[in-house]
Amino acid sequence: MATGVKIESGGGSSSVFGSLRYWLLTPSWLVIGFFLVAPVAMMLIYSFLTKEFRGGVIWEFSLAAYDQFIFDRGLFGDEPPKLEWTYIGIFFRSIWQAFSATVLCLLIGFPTAYFIATRPIHTRPIWLFLVTIPYWVNLLIRTVSLKFLIRDSGPLNQWLISFGILDSPIHLINTNVAVQLGLFYSYLPFMVLPIYASVERYNFVLSEAAWDLYANRWTTLRYILLPSVKSGIIAGCILVFVPSLGAFLAPDLLGGAKNFMIGSLIEEQFKGNAGNWPFGAAASMILLTLVLIVLMVYARQQSRTESKYS
Amino acid sequence: MRVNNHAPNQNIVEMAQSSSEIRRFPGFLPITILCLVLLYAPLVIVMIYSFNDSRSITLWGGFSLRWYEDVFFGLEAAKFKIAAWNSLSIASMAAITSTVLATSAAVGMIRGGSFRGKPASFALISLPLMVPEIVTAVATLIFFSTIGFTRGYASILVAHIVFCIPFAYLPIAARLDGIESFYEQAALDLYASKAQAFWRILLPLMAPGILSGFLLAFIISLDDFIITNFVKGAGIETLPTAIFGSVKQGIKPNIMALSTLMLLISILLVTVSFFVGKRGNKTGR
Repeated sequence: MATGVKIESGGGSSSVFGSLRYWLLTPSWLVIGFFLVAPVAMMLIYSFLTKEFRGGVIWEFSLAAYDQFIFDRGLFGDEPPKLEWTYIGIFFRSIWQAFSATVLCLLIGFPTAYFIATRPIHTRPIWLFLVTIPYWVNLLIRTVSLKFLIRDSGPLNQWLISFGILDSPIHLINTNVAVQLGLFYSYLPFMVLPIYASVERYNFVLSEAAWDLYANRWTTLRYILLPSVKSGIIAGCILVFVPSLGAFLAPDLLGGAKNFMIGSLIEEQFKGNAGNWPFGAAASMILLTLVLIVLMVYARQQSRTESKYS
Repeated sequence: MRVNNHAPNQNIVEMAQSSSEIRRFPGFLPITILCLVLLYAPLVIVMIYSFNDSRSITLWGGFSLRWYEDVFFGLEAAKFKIAAWNSLSIASMAAITSTVLATSAAVGMIRGGSFRGKPASFALISLPLMVPEIVTAVATLIFFSTIGFTRGYASILVAHIVFCIPFAYLPIAARLDGIESFYEQAALDLYASKAQAFWRILLPLMAPGILSGFLLAFIISLDDFIITNFVKGAGIETLPTAIFGSVKQGIKPNIMALSTLMLLISILLVTVSFFVGKRGNKTGR
């Protein structure tokens, strides 16, 4: 297939740089392979090693890291195993938080994306640009700004009180809601962009046909528009859910110690001497597996819908 | 501005109106405005409060530039200067290196025809985007400590190059995808060497994509906190890690001034990238 002769442009090879492709690609392969794939493999190995008490590992095979994740064997490890809910709980909380943030993003992001996609064509890039600018601002700065805005004595509470809407400040910092808000704020543009792309490709003749058949606006939305732009919505949800799941800054700065998420749990294991490297590696492996499952299900879905329409 | 934007010659006849009316959902405009307000409010508030004369971050004490003075000449100025230098030099080198790698990879992928392992190659190049940042951070830390790579400036730089590659790659590949291959073909037919065809024909055509890829990689590198925090080791700070360290003890006004400066730099770079991309698209067609 690749060697099929093409009679184009004076008998040269069909592509000028085609024969060089492996040379051109090798540098990137090597860099990512050596500094990302190899490290992830190393992390997998570490998750099966024995912890050393000053941080680091002893090269001895052990399932202790995964065991610790699920079971509580008492302080000295000799009691009969009980199910340990702390870490599983942290994972479920993370999934819940990421899910809530995704729903929030969808509720705000879909109407925004739709609105932008129905603007006149020359104003769309400007709207899109407005939505994406905040994404390029440092995430740390954005999270700190949000914290500044919503803290108990922050401008938001001050205004709400001075306008007489509230009597006493609403307490948001160090709650689940603050973390959800932070994640929502961090990844909102990720929801808008893919939905925008699919609404822009949507053929409004379909809506008009529905209208002519006496469907109202909301029926059209429900039965015609939403199914047509489903792929954009799913892509947006994944782009928000995946980074939210492993987020560190929003839960750490807005959530405090009671609202631990996976990211903070992992970070703890590598901080100073108190950490547990194999356990941190195991938690990272579990997170990575979760994310890869989500992405693979998505890829399967995509290729199935593509083959259906082509 | 509001209602009849998308139908310039909107008719009052009901049928004609209805067909464009079906596109419009009441309530979507207010939600869009809410979305923009939510996105910008925290940033604008911090910008405003960075000009606050008061030492307290809560009360407004009049307009002043004292916190900007504090950033440049205050107690923490030396720390910020070193951190800023580290951040900017790492971002420049990481962006240049990753842009070169990404440009080469983009030509290989987009001009390479269909070859075995193309999907795998694409997956590998976009892998840094798919692996959660905290996982990359942990893996890199473990790897560096195993191979005995001392943590510091060099380790931060290497880690940044890796995760900048896909960010540089995507705009470059998108640009190259829009350039017909007969430009290089024509050059070769006119007895140009492959090198000449690349340097004198393809590269200038790709330039807008390369520039926006470079700028995105630069911003992403400046932005990074988690990976840097893991691989930096003791005794070296970039701006985000320095700010994080300060913020842990509470938000101080000088941090707001510093944040405002960084925010403006990011917005400036993105705006440049936006307009370069726009002009590039016009001239490319």
